[in-house]
Amino acid sequence: MRLEMGHIYIKDIQFATESKIEDGVLYVSEEALKAVALEDEKLKSVSFDIAKPGESVRITPVKDVIEPRVKVEGRGGIFPGVIAKVDTVGSGKTYALKGMAVVTAGKIVGFQEGIIDMTGPGADYTPFSKTLNLVMVAEPVEDIKPHDYEAAVRFAGFRVAVYLGELARNLQPDEVKVYETLTIKEGILKYPDLPRVAYVQMLQSQGLLHDTYVYGVDAKKIVPTIMSPTEIMDGAIVSGNCVSACDKNPTYVHQNNPVIEDLFAEHGKTLNFVCQIITNENVYLADKMRSSDWTAKICKMLDLDGVIVSQEGFGNPDTDLIMNCKKIEAEGVKTVIITDEYAGRDGKSQSLADADAAADAVVTGGNANQVVILPPMDKVIGTLAYVNKIAGASEETLRADGSLEVEIQVITGATNETGFGYLSAR
Amino acid sequence: MIKVVHYINQFFANIGGEEKADYPVELRKGEVVGPGMALMQAFGGEAEIIGTIVCGDSYFNENIEKTKNEILEMVKEMAPDVFIAGPAFNAGRYGVACGTLAAAVKEELEIPAVTGMYVENPGADMFKTKVYMISTKNSAAGMRDAVKKIAPLALKLAKGETIGASVQEGYMPNGVRVNFFEEKRGSKRAVEMLVKKLSGKPFETEFAMPDFDRVEPNPAVKDLANTKVALVTSGGIVPKGNPDHIESSSASHYGEYDIDGVFDLTSETYETAHGGYDPVYANDDSDRVLPVDVLRDMEKEGIIGKLHNKFYTTTGNGTAVASAKAFAAEFSQKLVEDGVGAVILTST
Repeated sequence: MRLEMGHIYIKDIQFATESKIEDGVLYVSEEALKAVALEDEKLKSVSFDIAKPGESVRITPVKDVIEPRVKVEGRGGIFPGVIAKVDTVGSGKTYALKGMAVVTAGKIVGFQEGIIDMTGPGADYTPFSKTLNLVMVAEPVEDIKPHDYEAAVRFAGFRVAVYLGELARNLQPDEVKVYETLTIKEGILKYPDLPRVAYVQMLQSQGLLHDTYVYGVDAKKIVPTIMSPTEIMDGAIVSGNCVSACDKNPTYVHQNNPVIEDLFAEHGKTLNFVCQIITNENVYLADKMRSSDWTAKICKMLDLDGVIVSQEGFGNPDTDLIMNCKKIEAEGVKTVIITDEYAGRDGKSQSLADADAAADAVVTGGNANQVVILPPMDKVIGTLAYVNKIAGASEETLRADGSLEVEIQVITGATNETGFGYLSAR
Repeated sequence: MIKVVHYINQFFANIGGEEKADYPVELRKGEVVGPGMALMQAFGGEAEIIGTIVCGDSYFNENIEKTKNEILEMVKEMAPDVFIAGPAFNAGRYGVACGTLAAAVKEELEIPAVTGMYVENPGADMFKTKVYMISTKNSAAGMRDAVKKIAPLALKLAKGETIGASVQEGYMPNGVRVNFFEEKRGSKRAVEMLVKKLSGKPFETEFAMPDFDRVEPNPAVKDLANTKVALVTSGGIVPKGNPDHIESSSASHYGEYDIDGVFDLTSETYETAHGGYDPVYANDDSDRVLPVDVLRDMEKEGIIGKLHNKFYTTTGNGTAVASAKAFAAEFSQKLVEDGVGAVILTST
């Protein structure tokens, strides 16, 4: 499958009476955005704000981060089965607005929404301090259940992102990248001497606000399957997660999955990137066993030589990670796993909830329990009302001088387990 | 100027080899001896060696307690800002002496200390978790490399600066995980590691799998009808309002709550503090996580002897295993003292 990605660099975002992109500036009509967001009756009101890199701004509680894209040529549309109709995506031509993101925020849903600081020490830990952020703060109607509120905000974020992506439909991209994988047979003929490699992505699917959707299907209801690595670039996988902010995959990370990006960089050179394999992280033992069995089976059936396995979340999914690793290695397929650690504030505790000698090649996103002090910011988008409650905070988090004493667990993307960031630990 | 005291053996003091290994301990105040010269150079004027302690390897190891105490006295007297022992490379008895002394200076005198040796030196496994230990080559040919790492780490320790991760500073992994920013993002590192692994080239994992702490289940309870049963949960069930402010994740403590006369946990009386799942259903009816109602029925029906009048609770979400272990070690004692014979541990 071949996908041409056109990058349109956004240098600034400004509110205006008419939405358009001109000379790299995204002009947005707040009225139009509100109309798009409030199509859902479960949302009472929304407001929009703009946060730029380097500004003294704190965004919290952050739910999702999304990159606006538009499908210009080829089958389907962005977010198939969610916003666009179900159709197999990942081929043709897609444009993305680079350097910016839609950030959804608002009253807390669970305990596990994040913080994005646009400057200061917190900014070092989140990739989204480097993007121009159009922030949507959504207020739900009264008496709404958390999961209904989560769904409403999630869909509103996607609608807004698609609305913005559409503004780029007739533009000329600043840069074009081509991603292409071959069919099984073609790949073997073209790269007979290169090791066959796939990317095993574990999708967070523990349920109760820990959900991921594949073409609109709740990932806890899938069995492991294969995808072209370009499908995810058109929004085939989206986040519905309120797991700890540091190691959940916001939709933006799915769209820009770094393992896929970096495997493509080596495709045809040191390896043959065969496909993406998706599996889930369910809570029942039978599901864990079935999914890890199937994942290993698919690796074997595809005659793979190696895989990279990425995790999402921590604790319970550590067991899925180790089961996958162990079973795939047992099939003679070499693995590298990407995880993060909960080694305690002092770094002395056991990092993972499971371990096995087969996991001899591990990349870590760092210790999520590490404590940082986030100095007060001039402006807060969202609210600090829940900042002592979110995962990684404590009763003492909000200090008298307005600074926050938190574990980096609270920072969106801090210890991402697709290897999106630079943090590590030894 | 930072003051340093340096420890070396008879060989590096140029006294002799194995035939002189019984050389007794000796303090050379104000002298810089052997590898001390290279250290001084590496300090770049920021620190000076105010004394060198020399001791034969056999002498030290045959009189370990006595010699250690003598040397501690010497170090205490000179009151340096940092103590350096070695490097010992692959010399076994020298490595044990360096590890013993560096760890003792750090622990007993509370003076920062650093040593260095080859990873297979027996002193490494004995002391690498007790004191910063630079990983060196296996022979003195690696002196220049070793000094390049020992000197800057010693200066940082003396100045009380933050010490980076083992891979940055060059010390052997010591069981304390330290975060740092890599030059390449994680996915790139993963791809490079996989390419190396596939081509049979050496690669370095970023996290070596630990010896895993697995707990064997106890044998089944034989006489449940005469057993006092307690409920313990990591699902975060607490009296409404979370009176002890148990954290939603990475809990720093546990709660002990009385359920005397409680037959049912209702949405008015109990809730969850846990941040790892949608709390709606647990808040609706906390028995779903901590089944007091069912246990009361079983108590009435005589299936269990008695439900213990206290339950213990914390949030398992992101809580360090070491913390969880410490909580359980404490409340298990209380459970035993209270005559509890079985525990139902619920998680989420």
